[in-house]
Amino acid sequence: MNLYAIRAIYLFEMHRTWRTIMQSIISPVISTSLYFVVFGSAIGGRIPEINGVSYGAFIVPGLVMLSLLTQSISNASFGIYFPKFTGTIYELLSAPVSYFEIVIAYVGAAASKSIILGVIILATAALFVPMRIEHPFVMVLFLVLTAVTFSLFGFIIGIWADGFEKLQLVPLMIVTPLTFLGGSFYSIDMLPPFWRTVTLFNPVVYLISGFRWSFYGLSDVHIGTSLAMTSVFLIVCILIVRWMFKTGYRLKS
Amino acid sequence: MSSAISVSNLHKTYDSGFEALKNINLDIHHGEIFALLGPNGAGKTTLISTICGIVNPTSGTILADGHDIQKDYRAARTKIGLVPQELTTDAFETVWNTVSFSRGLFGKPSKPSHIEKILKDLSLWDKKDNRIITLSGGMKRRVMIAKALSHEPEILFLDEPTAGVDVELRRDMWNVVRALRESGVTIILTTHYIEEAEQMADRIGVISKGEIILVEEKHELMRSLGKKQLRLHLQEEHSAVPDTLAKYGLELAASGSELIYSYDAHEDKTGIASLLKDLDKAGIGFNDIQTKQSSLEEIFVNLVRERK
Repeated sequence: MNLYAIRAIYLFEMHRTWRTIMQSIISPVISTSLYFVVFGSAIGGRIPEINGVSYGAFIVPGLVMLSLLTQSISNASFGIYFPKFTGTIYELLSAPVSYFEIVIAYVGAAASKSIILGVIILATAALFVPMRIEHPFVMVLFLVLTAVTFSLFGFIIGIWADGFEKLQLVPLMIVTPLTFLGGSFYSIDMLPPFWRTVTLFNPVVYLISGFRWSFYGLSDVHIGTSLAMTSVFLIVCILIVRWMFKTGYRLKS
Repeated sequence: MSSAISVSNLHKTYDSGFEALKNINLDIHHGEIFALLGPNGAGKTTLISTICGIVNPTSGTILADGHDIQKDYRAARTKIGLVPQELTTDAFETVWNTVSFSRGLFGKPSKPSHIEKILKDLSLWDKKDNRIITLSGGMKRRVMIAKALSHEPEILFLDEPTAGVDVELRRDMWNVVRALRESGVTIILTTHYIEEAEQMADRIGVISKGEIILVEEKHELMRSLGKKQLRLHLQEEHSAVPDTLAKYGLELAASGSELIYSYDAHEDKTGIASLLKDLDKAGIGFNDIQTKQSSLEEIFVNLVRERK
């Protein structure tokens, strides 16, 4: 195991975060705070409590998930796409590192960043709305599992993308809509039965539902189902990455 | 003792169907400077990229210091340093960070004294805290070399290291290359500046259209393929070579004021003596004589042309 290489890549990626701190940390915190102000306080005041939880508090887990998903994907996809774009990937390909080590380092760094971000957003949320966390261990488990899974997903997008447009395409056209429609701002019980069934095909529902359960003990689907679905998605991502490296897909000619 | 690099039966066909390398067999000895020459698109970069693991070979085996570059890639790659042709750097990083990063990537614990030495040797020390984006092209090239040397490789690949580089840097770079060779590092370089290969290399390989067409010790190559030329500066301008001198295959140059005679210095009879006599008979006077050994460039151009 080339631990020095994992360390080098990890630190290099984390260093990139501090260098671009406005973009990587501060701007997601600002945009999430805006959601709290608008949806939580302004509009939320007119919405009744959901199962005894104020609307402002209800949307916190969903909003944390929203930035966790989008930031994991954008961090990881950019982290691997940029060396491909500039050509510095040659060094990675010629270095004595295994694909496993490359994934650990890049995905580890991307996941670390989004976990840090998630915690900061939670702390910010606590300033706006009264919050409680009933199952802190499950909360941390979901935080880490989601960050790792979607960093892997982002890594896949970064390898697949051959232009900046593709890099933006999946987060913008698929992940953001799925998150908004996945119960970030409402309980899916509020939907008519038909749309409720449709929504169950949205994988993000399981993430948000499970995460919200760890806060308030409320969930749209059973917590076990949520964990299982998240694990399935993680395994699918791992298999895709394995295939990509085995074939040298978009990395080697 | 195994070779530093040993390539056998290497083929590379790209997905597009382009056959970039055709049955390459090549052995690079330990501690030598090997120059790989060839026209653009001959396969120089593909060959280097394949050895370094950036391009997957279609078939064939490559050993680096006895280690198979695919089965035993960790051991093989740890020994190799690569300076690619393109100037690709992490623009926003500092020189020090990017060079230290490379060392870690190649699995070596940090050793600031080594990085310091490399940066000083390459005249980069006063730029160590500068971001790479602020450096000139020549400085970026130095950074790429520093990165390749950061993990103390035993085999160094330099792909067109002097393309677009000023005289001063070229001199610096060759000093570094010489010092590396003295410390036992094997160096494989490609270059367009043939006089550099001529000055620096121990052995020369010529690649054309994906095939190694020749590998030869440099002096041997110069001797066996080098033609000599005799130039005579004539007293008067002539419009044509007289028929009596036809058998020498003379050329008129400099609008008829120079005669050029090509000969092989290794033959017993070079024909110079009889040429001079015949010139005298024909009444052609001259006031200066020059002889010239053909350069590696001319040898190279001839070789590639012969293949076409």
